[in-house]
Amino acid sequence: MISIRGVSKHYGSFQVLTDCSTEVNKGEVIVVCGPSGSGKSTLIKCVNGLEPFQQGEIVVNGISVGDPKTNLPRLRAHVGMVFQHFELFPHMSIAANLTVAQEKVLGRPRDEALERGLKLLDRVGLKAHAHKHPGELSGGQQQRVAIARALAMDPICMLFDEPTSALDPEMINEVLDVMVELAQEGMTMMVVTHEMGFARKVAHRVVFMDQGRIVEDAAKEAFFATPRSERAQQFLAKILHH
Amino acid sequence: MGYDFDWSSIPGALPFLWEGMKITLDITATAIAVGIVWGTLLAMMRLSSLTPLSWLAAGYVNLFRSIPLVMVLLWFFLIVPRLLESVLGLAPGSDVRLASAMVGFALFESAYYAEIIRAGIQSVPKGQVAAAYALGMSYGQAMRLVVLPQAFRNMVPLLLTQAIILFQDTSLVYVSALADFFGAAYKVGDRDGRIVELLLFAGAVYFVICYSASLLVRYFRKRVGA
Amino acid sequence: MSYAWHWEVLLQPAASGDTTYLGWMLAGFETTVALSLAAWLMALLLGGMVGVLRTVPGRLWSGLAAAYVELFRNVPLLVQLFSWYFVLPELLPPAWGDAYKQTNPFLQQFFAACVCLGFFTSARVAEQVRSGIDSLPRGQKNAGLALGFTLAQTYRYVMLPMALRLIVPPLTSEFLNVFKNSAVASTIGLLELAAQGRQLVDYTAQPFESFIAVTLLYMLINVFVMAGMRWVERKTRVPGYIGGK
Repeated sequence: MISIRGVSKHYGSFQVLTDCSTEVNKGEVIVVCGPSGSGKSTLIKCVNGLEPFQQGEIVVNGISVGDPKTNLPRLRAHVGMVFQHFELFPHMSIAANLTVAQEKVLGRPRDEALERGLKLLDRVGLKAHAHKHPGELSGGQQQRVAIARALAMDPICMLFDEPTSALDPEMINEVLDVMVELAQEGMTMMVVTHEMGFARKVAHRVVFMDQGRIVEDAAKEAFFATPRSERAQQFLAKILHH
Repeated sequence: MGYDFDWSSIPGALPFLWEGMKITLDITATAIAVGIVWGTLLAMMRLSSLTPLSWLAAGYVNLFRSIPLVMVLLWFFLIVPRLLESVLGLAPGSDVRLASAMVGFALFESAYYAEIIRAGIQSVPKGQVAAAYALGMSYGQAMRLVVLPQAFRNMVPLLLTQAIILFQDTSLVYVSALADFFGAAYKVGDRDGRIVELLLFAGAVYFVICYSASLLVRYFRKRVGA
Repeated sequence: MSYAWHWEVLLQPAASGDTTYLGWMLAGFETTVALSLAAWLMALLLGGMVGVLRTVPGRLWSGLAAAYVELFRNVPLLVQLFSWYFVLPELLPPAWGDAYKQTNPFLQQFFAACVCLGFFTSARVAEQVRSGIDSLPRGQKNAGLALGFTLAQTYRYVMLPMALRLIVPPLTSEFLNVFKNSAVASTIGLLELAAQGRQLVDYTAQPFESFIAVTLLYMLINVFVMAGMRWVERKTRVPGYIGGK
């Protein structure tokens, strides 16, 4: 589904990503972790072309992201993304947040879009808030809406960029629960997160990054049982102490 | 294009234009100096806990900020000569246009400076005042030694930007036929039938000065980190 | 200072015969309002476009937009006005220039003043629009793009609606400035409010009455504009959104 081959990226002389390669197969859940500044957020943004890269190739569902001829909006319409800071549109009601892209990008009729949006809103347990604006919801609620917004586009896979790291601790689980459910239904997911509990529960593979490189790319069990690199061992030790 | 440019009247007129530029600079400098001093006082009055003082300052600032500068200048060209005649016993008809312009600009700009300075004072955290008082300082000392220095540091870019606007606005003394830089350029153009060239020349001079100054402001802004 | 007040002079028939001096003043008031509103409309459209261009990726467009802003910000309004009024007709192809010079003088003056104020103000509006867009969290643009919006759609549906709401307060003061700056049009002979005030001084020899009346009318405009913009601010307020970032 997602194939990342030899991707490198630099800002001027600063190397952000170096020769990164990994695969996400259909129905797979991949957790990407690593210390801050390791390039994991940049890598996931390369997958839907929000960040350009200079070398290598990323192919999503048979379409090359880096190819200048690729119609990126059309590709992104079917690749859901959830952001660290939710990024709901503050001037729109929750309902409008869920429908605007369905209408303007997919060209769905308004009532069909609304029906689909409300169904997903109900699924994340927030149906009663449809008329409110994002600023009136808690962080955890906003992030659940953001997940519903991405799902409303009927994505073929979902990208999560640190979806819980801007949340207060008591709100993290309500978001993770939605993500776990999604994973169990067989959604293809690439998740940048520090939530190792989530990784243990639903991930198929774990990718560990450090200083712009993919240091480890292993099945979940192998990663947690015997991380090969010293950096990954240190990272796991630190995370577990939190 | 059907227009034949003829720039030949400019070189000979340069001394006259320079005289005009000196008037422009005189007015600008006076208005900045008076504007900052009087503006600071107005800002402090406006923030004072004495209601009448703060109302008075607010009234002054809002009055000047709601009238066009052209109108303010007309007012001062009307009033100042009369005042000078009756108070100082100046002979009617003596040329006080420059003095009127300076007074008008200074009082007008003070209102704008007052708002900038007020925002600057308010941007200094309240804890700074508390700390100054805790050290035994008086209101005057706290303002002079603690609050205003920090406030002005934050305000330098805005004050300079306002000065650039003021420099441009001085061209409006045209309404009193005073020969500032713009007035001088216009007069030369009118005399030689070369309005087009003189206006373009004046515009270019203003642009070079103001754009350079705005680059300077940008540099300050970076240094202050605001 | 002794001065004989004669407020009743405003109600005397004006030299033109068809109205009173107060009527002259109100005609000037109407011109001021019409000129300012027309120029404001132009400034919003142009300034919105230029402000957006300043934020788009790619050096060329943002550079052009920056040059536009610097040009109109660093030349005095009066010089710009005289350029539109005296210089432009000379530089146009002769047929156009002559046609322009043969139209009704009021229309010539109104046109020059409107175009001048429109461009002058648009540069300031563009700066506000740019700072509004820049103050949005960066992720908003990414969120729009990630949903499959094109860049144009992202501006249209995501960034501009929010940026424009954020800049209503600074736009209020630009709107007020248009009215105040419109008084500069009196220098090319347009009989707007300030010019009527001066004309009244010449005709009635009662300078204070006419200046006070004109000043009050400008203050009235101020009050109305502020009330109007406060209404706009209330209408566009985003629930649960606390100012700033």
